[in-house]
Amino acid sequence: MRTDLTVNGQSRTIEADPRTTLLDALRHHLKLTGTKKGCDHGQCGACTVIAGGRRINSCLSLACMHDGDEVVTIEGLGTPETLSALQEAFVRHDGFQCGFCTPGQICSATAMLEELQAGWPSHVTADVASAPALTVEEVSERMSGNLCRCSAYPNIVDAIMEIAGRGRA
Amino acid sequence: MTVHIRMDDRVEADRLEDMAQGVVGKPLDRPDGARKASGTAAYAMDSLPDGACFGVLARATIAAGRLEGVDAAAVEALPGVRAVIVDERMLRNPAQGMAGKAPVQDPHEIAYFGQPVALVVAESFEQARHGAIALVLRLEARAGAVVGPDDAGVEIETPEKKQQSSGDLDAAMREAVFGVDQTYTTPVHASAAMEPHASIAQWDEDRLTLRGSYQMLRFNRAELADALGIDEKNVRILAPFVGGGFGSKLGIAPEAVAAAIAAQRLGVPVAVPMSRQQVFEGVMRRSETTQRIRLAAGADGRLTGIGHEALVSNLPGEKFSEPVTQATPFLYRGENRVIGHRIARVNRTCAGSVRAPGEAVGVTMLEIAMDELAAAAGIDPVELRLRNIPDEDPTQQIPFSSHKLAEALRSGADRFGWDRRRTEPGQVRDGEWLVGMGMASAVRVNMLVEAKARVSLSSDGHALVETDMTDIGTGTYAILTQIAAEMLGLPMDRVETRLGDTDLPPGSGSGGSFGAASNGTAVFMACEEIRRMICERFGCEAHDLTLKDGRAIAGNRSVPLAEILGGEDLVAEGHAEPGDAEDKVRQATYGSYFAEVGVNAVTGETRVRRMLGVFAAGRILNAKTARSQCLGGMTFGIGMALTEEIFHDPRDGHIVNRDFAEYHLPVNADVPQIDVVLLEERDAWANPLQAKGIGELGICGAAAAVVNAIHNATGVRVRDLPATLDKVLEGLERQGG
Repeated sequence: MRTDLTVNGQSRTIEADPRTTLLDALRHHLKLTGTKKGCDHGQCGACTVIAGGRRINSCLSLACMHDGDEVVTIEGLGTPETLSALQEAFVRHDGFQCGFCTPGQICSATAMLEELQAGWPSHVTADVASAPALTVEEVSERMSGNLCRCSAYPNIVDAIMEIAGRGRA
Repeated sequence: MTVHIRMDDRVEADRLEDMAQGVVGKPLDRPDGARKASGTAAYAMDSLPDGACFGVLARATIAAGRLEGVDAAAVEALPGVRAVIVDERMLRNPAQGMAGKAPVQDPHEIAYFGQPVALVVAESFEQARHGAIALVLRLEARAGAVVGPDDAGVEIETPEKKQQSSGDLDAAMREAVFGVDQTYTTPVHASAAMEPHASIAQWDEDRLTLRGSYQMLRFNRAELADALGIDEKNVRILAPFVGGGFGSKLGIAPEAVAAAIAAQRLGVPVAVPMSRQQVFEGVMRRSETTQRIRLAAGADGRLTGIGHEALVSNLPGEKFSEPVTQATPFLYRGENRVIGHRIARVNRTCAGSVRAPGEAVGVTMLEIAMDELAAAAGIDPVELRLRNIPDEDPTQQIPFSSHKLAEALRSGADRFGWDRRRTEPGQVRDGEWLVGMGMASAVRVNMLVEAKARVSLSSDGHALVETDMTDIGTGTYAILTQIAAEMLGLPMDRVETRLGDTDLPPGSGSGGSFGAASNGTAVFMACEEIRRMICERFGCEAHDLTLKDGRAIAGNRSVPLAEILGGEDLVAEGHAEPGDAEDKVRQATYGSYFAEVGVNAVTGETRVRRMLGVFAAGRILNAKTARSQCLGGMTFGIGMALTEEIFHDPRDGHIVNRDFAEYHLPVNADVPQIDVVLLEERDAWANPLQAKGIGELGICGAAAAVVNAIHNATGVRVRDLPATLDKVLEGLERQGG
């Protein structure tokens, strides 16, 4: 079936089996292989993309549900030559080892910082009525949907804290 | 021109010390970092050829028996399905690390629940997945399958060469002033690399190209060729980026062989990605272990005896068995010793290498036993270890190549504020949290494995490093580039490293923490030869030559390399091999872990608050990537200590928690901002770089620091990992009652 969507600012049309997930549509149909499949069950976060401004597990969403949606993938955040500030910070802080979970981590972090900015509380926010502070604990909690078996977590947090502290992702 | 080194003796000179570029050891960013951060690094499934079909494996749902047949016609009639393949060349399980030949084959013989037995190939992934789910297998279960190491009728092997004994441990235990005699257990673990196994096979006449996610390409090529019954020369494997391995991708696995068979039969490229569930079931698990540990000590805490006897399991016919006691023979003193090793043959997912096979579980439990001894003897746990560092390998009676355990212990204790630890458990409370500190030693054997690498210096002053070695996150791209840049006096951006292609000279592969040292030595040797060729052209002696920033300097002459080369390219191949040095000295890496935990007095939940690792692994080649390796190892340790455990159904052995919702890896919030300290060390017995492996050291005892901290916080001793809240709570209740 036909789905029209905007991916990284470009209008794209896919003709796909209705069972096709957004993840497989990006990877197999649009050849945007930066988004990774780590579990296909919404348990690891490697497939995180930003759809309609929010981070989602693209493996848990069918492509056909995104007709008319705007999707941003890792390819839309920066290229090797034009990395975003957050992507650069991941390189500098060694916020990865094997790199497989990294696109998901970076997409997740990009959207997470906006959630934080918008005042969304998290499990570790002591007072849900007031604006959450930018702390290691908050960042660590909010990034816990993205598994990293190489366990670059402390470096991921450092990279995010550096960029968030500067107020731009 | 190939230059060869065999490590028979210690190296005379620390050549890297003579170099001028100043890049080795620096915490430089990975050269491949931008590609990883931008999603342009191509992993196995990221280079799908046009017209490729997808294959999805179907799995056996019995513990043991036969596949009598499959209902292929019904599935082949489904839309898009191209073939249902059951082929006797298909693998039962992955090859063990460095096997170099096919593992057990033939899907008709089923040895464990989850064994891949058929492949459904279709035009799209969705169609293939549906076909695999719909495929009806005719399975004939064999009665009497044994799925657990403690089950009735289990066959247990006691291989003679894996038992050791010296002195009289029983007598030492009787005479000991302080002793420990306890049995500890660790559960089955999964490597759980984030990239699931996947292969894309493509044939060009009789030549096969396989894009896969593998750690040891020269072995994998031989294994794949052997499985298919073809000449190795006709197999090329590409794995430029590997999304983690931790041992799970050492040997060729079922999806690779199935993809190759399907691609040949259909005449199109075939991609076979394993699902996460299939990776849990069909790839390697770390065996569960039961470990009886005996420690005998005098009044001063000095050990007079150590016993370490392990029971592990594997499938029938598998040569690998978790080498639990690997470091026990040389870690601590004690003249009376027993090492025991038994293997239960079970119908469970194949057991193989998972990060630091042996030490990860063996040192961890030994270090919990040492904590018990410290408590029994009333000696500080750090001091107890310091008193028991031997002067030489007490089993083989050979010297240590270098030994930094004492420094790691003292430095760690100092940095962590160990003197603030209360000896008596359960003394520190923070609201509803009980707070405690624990520590453990780290130790891992050090190895060198044969490796070759080619280095080319082009006439314009750029260098290219080539080997089929892989970078599975370990930092190989970074450190090989640094070694070549250092040796040839080039800025990092003028050196390119190409990896992960069996058309390149065969490296060691990634495994056993030997990658950096082995392949680094091969690159170093090739560079030494290029330096010799430069000397010839420049007319100077080797010791007079300085290479820096693309210039050759000798005496008062300083000339750009391009000028010396005069349009010529210089190419050399380095070849490193282990030798007699392995028998002359005991080589190992050492370290220490310190952890502070909070244990919730109400729920029994443990949170790691602070953690420090201090490690010595010879020369550190890149301080940034080495630190990251240690962070990763220690985090594995947190998982081992608190959450990671595979459950096998006692009826049929199937893995109940075969996904990330139920197999609990540490997540970001479970891991504090861990501190890592790397000690200065050189090991002239290891290799000319004087560097040792660091990829696994971070896990070899890490969990013990956490479990020992739980004891210090609560007085509860958990001997059955992981220390989940139910176990801690039960201990707390017992104390309360």
